[in-house]
Parts: sequence; C-alpha cells; structure tokens
Amino acid sequence: MILRHWFSIGLLVLTGLPVMAAETSLGHDLYKTYCWQCHGMKGTGNGVNVPDMSVQPRDHTDTKEMSSRSDEELFKAIKEGGQAISKSVLMPPWGENLTDTEIHALVDYLRELCQCQHGGG
Amino acid sequence: MNSLLRYAGLLLLMLPLVVAAKTGEKLFSEQCSSCHKVSDEQNDSLKYVWDRKGPDLSYAGNKYNAKWINGWLQSPQRIRPAGMFYANHIKATPDGDVIDETTFKPHVKLSAADAETLTQYLMTLKARSDLIKAGDYQVGTISQSMGEMLFDKFRGCLACHQIEPGYGGFSGPEVYTATIRLQEDFLVSFMRKPQAWDKRTLMPDKHLKEADLQKFVHYFHVLAETGDKQ
Repeated sequence: MILRHWFSIGLLVLTGLPVMAAETSLGHDLYKTYCWQCHGMKGTGNGVNVPDMSVQPRDHTDTKEMSSRSDEELFKAIKEGGQAISKSVLMPPWGENLTDTEIHALVDYLRELCQCQHGGG
Repeated sequence: MNSLLRYAGLLLLMLPLVVAAKTGEKLFSEQCSSCHKVSDEQNDSLKYVWDRKGPDLSYAGNKYNAKWINGWLQSPQRIRPAGMFYANHIKATPDGDVIDETTFKPHVKLSAADAETLTQYLMTLKARSDLIKAGDYQVGTISQSMGEMLFDKFRGCLACHQIEPGYGGFSGPEVYTATIRLQEDFLVSFMRKPQAWDKRTLMPDKHLKEADLQKFVHYFHVLAETGDKQ
C-alpha cells in the first residue's frame, strides 16, 4: 500500500516535470526581464501592458500556434520584431538588447513553454 | 599681486558653489545612494536590472531638467506605473497580470532647501556627455493625431508607455511628461541609441529615422501642453 503510494507520487513527479519550464535557466531569466511585460508571467499573452493593446500578444503556451513556427522564425521575430515576420509592430525588435546567444536561449525557453517543436505537438 | 588678488576673489565667489556641491554629495550618499548609483560603470547582468530600485544618476546632469527635478524631489510621484523594474511589482490573476500596489514604497521627500542643494549636485553629474549634441533637437511642430499615429500605429511605443494618465502600457515611463522632465537633446540621443546610455534598458532600439526622433519630441511637447490645459 505504502509502496503503491510512493509509486504514485513518483509517477506524478516524473510526468509533471516535462510540463514545467525550467525556472532557473538563462532563457527563463531573459523571458522574465523582457517578455513578461506583454506575454505575461505565465506566458499566456496576458501581461501587465496588455489592457490598451490593439493586438493580443502571442500565447506561448499555445502548442498548436507555436508548433507552426520554426525556431528560425521565432529567432527572427525576437531579433527584428513582429513586422519582420508580418506580425504586429507591438512586438519590438530586441536585437540591440540581446545577443544572438541570448535570443537562442529565449527560443529554447519558448519551446519549453509550449512543450512543442516546429511541425509537431 | 593684482592677479593673485583676482584669483582669490574668484575662489571666494565660487566657494558657495563648491560647498553646495559638497553638501549635495553628502546628502546624496545619506539619502539616495542605496537605490541610485552615480558611478559610470555599466553593469549588464540581469540581476542588476532586477535589483535596481531607481534610475542611474551618473548622467543626471545630461538627462533631467533642473527645475523639474527640484520640484519632484519635494513631491515625488511614480513615473513608471509598474515601478523601476515592472516584474517586481506585478502579480498574476485569472484575468491577466496586474500591478501589485502593495509592493511600492514611497520615495524619500525632501525639503525645498535640500531639494535645491541636491539638484545642484545632480546637475554636475555628466557621464556620457559624448552622446549629447547640443542643439540636436530642433524646435518644430506636429499635430497630436499625426504624433499618435507615429507613436502607436507605426512604431508600437504605446505598448509600454502611457500618452495620458491611464492610457497605454505600464512598464515604461510615462511620455506625457517627458519634455517637462527631460532635456530635449537627451531624449533625441536616448531614442537614437538607448543601449549606449544603459546596456540593459528595457527600451528597444527601433532604429528610428532622424526625422522621427525629432517628431517624437515634438509629440511629447504636444502631450505635455495638452496635459497642462486639462
């Protein structure tokens, strides 16, 4: 009985792990610094700046939407802004704020948030 | 002998200024230095951004209008609705993230005499003067509707900045008081290359055209004047 109990907890921990994005990575720290303001603390597009925005920021936990974007597109959107991929001007170009290495870390973190890869779930 | 006397006289004349600067420096170290830095070292760590309680004042003399800073020190008001670093002042709710008012502490309030002394000291701090070109901003006009079109629709700045109290984003400083608070040549220089002033500023570099830099400052003037009339 006790064994089964511990097995259940173990299973819960193991299955729970992949859905939690790492909270100590460079990607997470950059996301908190630059992206929370619009994409929100949970990455769902409900940031503090949103109420007067004409376009809702992307929900980064939306597996369907995020898996339709390649890593290259995500990198380009962050570095050059939304307009570079025919999206909103409200997404600014972060190319002067962030190094390419930092942008790659952000793309990796976005993949953690959506639990998805390009072209797949 | 005559020239010696002249030098002595000059020194005597300058003495009150030197004393004021010294007293201002002392006032700064006692009242301000725990939240503001005046050394010109650029720190590009994220932790620095997270822990920063107030703006870097090493270039205060190149940035602020003395009259405004004097008044503000006597009656401080929040300029960034979500605080110096917004992530320290928000909370998640089912309807999205909101400002958590319980996280703010009031800014120290100075007497008129101390505000004057400190202002004099702050205006002597002129790091990064090489980025300032006197006369960079040239007086001009823009209609409010054109300015708003440029600021919001074309450049998306409204996402982070408010153009009137309560309208716009919360994480950046309000822009309807920008020309009251800030020197025009600084505004042009900062918008031209924000990271030259502050490596970890949250302000993105949108590679604005020189003409647009001028138009933005014209627009901030319009907003400040409109606000005055309200």
